[in-house]
Amino acid sequence: MAVRFPTLHRLLLPMAAAASLSFGAYAAEPPIKVGLVAALSGQSAKSGEALTRGLTMAINEVNANGGVLGRPLELVRRDDESNPSKGMLAARELIQREKVTVLFGGLDTPVSLAIVPLANQMKVPFMGVWAAGTKITENGAADNYVFRVSAVDELVDEALVKYGVDNGMKKPGMILINNPWGESNEAGFKRALEKRGLANAGVERIQDSDLDVVPQLTRLKNAGADTLLMVGNVGPSAQVVKSLDRMGWDVPVVSHWGPAGGRFGELAGPNASRVHFIQTYVFTEHNSAKGDALLAALKAAYPQIKTLADVTPAVGIANAYDALHLAALAIAKAGSTDGKAVRDGFYAIADYDGLIKHYQQPFSAAKHDALGPEDYLFTHFVNDQIVPLKAKE
Amino acid sequence: MFTAAIISGLGLGSMYALLALGFHLTYVVSRTVNFAQGSAMMVGAVLGYTFSITWGWPLWLALPLTLSLCALYGLVIERCLVRPFHSRGSQAWLMATVAAGILVDNLALFTFGKEPRQFESSLVHLNVELFGSQVGAQQLLIPLAGAAIALVLYLVRRYTRLGKVLEACVQNPRAAMLMGINVNHVVAIAFAVSTVFAAVAGLLIAPLFSVSAEMGMLFGLKAFAVAILGGITSAGGVFAAGLLFGLAEALITLYFGSAFTQIITFALVILALATRPNGLFGSQALVKV
Repeated sequence: MAVRFPTLHRLLLPMAAAASLSFGAYAAEPPIKVGLVAALSGQSAKSGEALTRGLTMAINEVNANGGVLGRPLELVRRDDESNPSKGMLAARELIQREKVTVLFGGLDTPVSLAIVPLANQMKVPFMGVWAAGTKITENGAADNYVFRVSAVDELVDEALVKYGVDNGMKKPGMILINNPWGESNEAGFKRALEKRGLANAGVERIQDSDLDVVPQLTRLKNAGADTLLMVGNVGPSAQVVKSLDRMGWDVPVVSHWGPAGGRFGELAGPNASRVHFIQTYVFTEHNSAKGDALLAALKAAYPQIKTLADVTPAVGIANAYDALHLAALAIAKAGSTDGKAVRDGFYAIADYDGLIKHYQQPFSAAKHDALGPEDYLFTHFVNDQIVPLKAKE
Repeated sequence: MFTAAIISGLGLGSMYALLALGFHLTYVVSRTVNFAQGSAMMVGAVLGYTFSITWGWPLWLALPLTLSLCALYGLVIERCLVRPFHSRGSQAWLMATVAAGILVDNLALFTFGKEPRQFESSLVHLNVELFGSQVGAQQLLIPLAGAAIALVLYLVRRYTRLGKVLEACVQNPRAAMLMGINVNHVVAIAFAVSTVFAAVAGLLIAPLFSVSAEMGMLFGLKAFAVAILGGITSAGGVFAAGLLFGLAEALITLYFGSAFTQIITFALVILALATRPNGLFGSQALVKV
């Protein structure tokens, strides 16, 4: 029997028409642009790569579900080279020329602090997804457009001191990177120690170029330090561990999240695991369903990711991933891409089941940080993998 | 504590000294310096890492190949970035070598990668007790290797034909040329040797530090300060200044804290140059009128 093509035509035509109509309608709508100003080159380039991956994965999911307000999301990136003035210029370009609806920030607190006044002045929501400087969200602006899905230095310092005290710390020594990040944490540590009536054994500085930290550590040891509170990026933090090995000084080390920013397990050697540091998220062998799905999507999108050790820095990916979904919800709540409406849209988010946690009323006029100390978890390196020290409560 | 600081300072100082000897060598034969010395140090460490760790080649093959490629790097710098400008009396070689260093650093960033890597050495985990202090074997090796290289340089200059040729070019390049010495070749050799010195420094320091595209920048800067401090025309002076600089950094950190290391070290350099403008061991060039 011959096939009756007219019947087939009658079936296919409406389907094709509907498909072309919906595709046409989606394609006709210009994308909603979101911006990222982060370190895409230089020593911190790995952080920019992680943020890009987290944002891209979330954008793919949002777009696969029809986009926001019927429009796809599009990521526009600019390199700040860890330089505040370059970051500020890049942010201005993204806001004024590219008309981004939400701007995402990078690793460096000084760069984010430079962008904050611009975002508030231009009334464009600025979402911090890594830089932990307290003043980024608590910037004193009457009309605050700055949000964050990341750790906050002051809260981290409090959490680190509490962790140290819980583990028997009585007189810590501080070994801090010699830059504003180190200074900011020095103040936070001193406040947290003062609150508990604890003295410190001294404050020593480390630099990216330090080959040997033995002199600084020797001063802390001689001053009676029983624990080290450490703040530094992966390189200097690794130098601290290697110097401790040379000294044969077996002292607990409690650290900010700097070691997570690279191959700390390789750089610091076999004793990397002695450093206990905070994270907001880690990928493990036993993730939530969302974590497993994201890990699979990352492996599919980036073939260079083969093991858990390659999904670094996980905090960058996870913070950016959740922050983008929250931003998409805020735009949807706003019903437009107007900056003020989107800012209010963030306040209107009731809940979102994210990767890091289940967010309930993550933002309000008085609360621009979605994560708090209860969301920090302590981890350490086991070989090249970051492993939680205890389950989150 | 004091012993550990001294060994650490001597090790660091030897690295500065090796890089600074490179500045000295090219300066005395051509009155030019290679500001890409820091990047040559990085190239040595990066190539050594790539050959021996990434590709798993044995050290007897990886190290000579690394040093040969670094010598080639020095030859290219001299032939393409120094000679064309210097032969015309232009000072543009200065900017050209700075630019070459930045270029190579960035090339390494894209090819080697953005993350620092660890150059494993069995000596790093081996500690020895010296005057009651624990000292790493690799830390001990660095000043010994630095001193050995400086000694070889001295012996070559003093007792070999190449040394005499070099000395002739240092004393009077024009007369050396008239005597049939190919001064251009001598200058090229000086550049090659200087980058090899930098590569040796990079290979020695890599296991203690880490290998990264940006590791040479600060070292290069400090080594130039050391070369000027020692009096760039004096090989012994440059080496001694390197050791002094390293020792000063270690002892200042030990007694005053790391916040003061750079402040006091460079203040001392300025003070030394203010009182001895030709460097601690340099002498004023005599101009015949």
